[in-house]
Amino acid sequence: MSEPGKTLPLDGWHRAKGARMVPFAGYEMPIQYEGILAEHKWTRESAGLFDVSHMGQLIVAGAGVEKALEALLPADLAILRDSRPKYSLLLNEEGGIVDDLMVTRRGDHFYLVVNGATKEGDIAHMEARLPGGVVVDHMKEQALLALQGPKAVDALARLVPGVEELTFMTAGLFAIDGVPAWISRSGYTGEDGYEISVPAAAVERVAERIAAEPEVRPIGLGARDSLRLEAGLPLYGHDLGHDTTPVEADLVFALSKRRRAEGGFPGWHRIAKELADGPIRKRVGLAVEGRQPVREGAMMVDSEGNEVGKVTSGGFSPSLEAPIAMAYVPLAYAAPGRRVSLAARGRIFTGTVTPMPFVPHRYKRKGGA
Amino acid sequence: MTVYYTREHEWISVDGDTATVGITDFAQGQLGDVVFVEVPEAGRSLAKGGEAAVVESVKAASDVYSPVSGTVVEGNQAVVDEPSLVNTDPEGEGWFFKLTLADNHELSELMSADQYKSYCEEL
Repeated sequence: MSEPGKTLPLDGWHRAKGARMVPFAGYEMPIQYEGILAEHKWTRESAGLFDVSHMGQLIVAGAGVEKALEALLPADLAILRDSRPKYSLLLNEEGGIVDDLMVTRRGDHFYLVVNGATKEGDIAHMEARLPGGVVVDHMKEQALLALQGPKAVDALARLVPGVEELTFMTAGLFAIDGVPAWISRSGYTGEDGYEISVPAAAVERVAERIAAEPEVRPIGLGARDSLRLEAGLPLYGHDLGHDTTPVEADLVFALSKRRRAEGGFPGWHRIAKELADGPIRKRVGLAVEGRQPVREGAMMVDSEGNEVGKVTSGGFSPSLEAPIAMAYVPLAYAAPGRRVSLAARGRIFTGTVTPMPFVPHRYKRKGGA
Repeated sequence: MTVYYTREHEWISVDGDTATVGITDFAQGQLGDVVFVEVPEAGRSLAKGGEAAVVESVKAASDVYSPVSGTVVEGNQAVVDEPSLVNTDPEGEGWFFKLTLADNHELSELMSADQYKSYCEEL
């Protein structure tokens, strides 16, 4: 069993809502309220409120911050417009992924949201590499909520007029019930929705206001995981790590065009070589035959039983009512339709490489419906 | 008919020399939404404490152990077809398998309903 974790600002609120709390990323967090399947389906059909206050919210500021961050990330920050969150990666010298994150220019500084379990390491990694004069401020006084689902816009726009004008991957400063809130139209479920940063001291009031809207129910980490798996979104520490590169992880979209050509970020030589020649292995989606889930840690095996790949996330898809997984497989096996053998729990399962997302994204893009 | 319980959260309902086995309401609550069940074939010989069935929820996989030694009479096809029965009626329609007992004395090592209730309260 894990050690009991630290508590987050909404700890009492979760317990009062009937959450089952479990240790996660060093904190006590809600795994579920009424049940993972019901919460998953509610989010896909209506709107789910997630507490993601364990995530690290950082401000990186100082003279030359744009160039300094470009030395750590493969994003083109020079053309990144204000209030436009961008998915990016902290990379090591071997091109491995130290963390995945969202970076947003906000006036003279950048706002980063990094993973909860990795935030302390990220800060140390950045502070060791950023020049003097560029500082990292860990906003420990900020909490973070996510409101996800097709009715998130209806619920939130009632409380915060104007958020309906945001499009996918845009953000701005608003107020909820008088509380300043940095709100972006983004998320980790594949649905339309918002991420909402508010002061920890006011987060209970904000959560209560949002959860009181008829479309909204609180959703735990269990459904967050099944939702992001269906959306094909990788989870750091499982599908991404120090030993996976962005090319292997099929995150080439996070390598901006100019940066790919010019380099100047950690691991560029390896990454450029993989872009030119192809990686040895690649992250793919798998549809698994039968009903039994194949989970993280299962091996992909060849016809002689040798381990040639591994499952990094897997579970039962509530939307598809079938098991799905993400795996790293040799490039020769990475084409959609390719069948692979998976060894788990003393038996062999058959998976078919399937394009991700498993369940279509429903983001509200600019100019879209 | 007497019902006994194990520390691994199986129940066994005994009627003469045959018995029905499932997982307890406490166990299904801990597992959460059950999405997959595998039950043993009729005729299979089970050892006390040996792996007998598999139950998987959205978040976890778990083995179901046989509380006693015996021979499987029937696996419950209904829970294979509709795994959520384990959540909705764990100690009724959501049973896993029936077996004939090899040794009635093994039952004396199991917990009564009251003992099991106290056991769960201490977890």
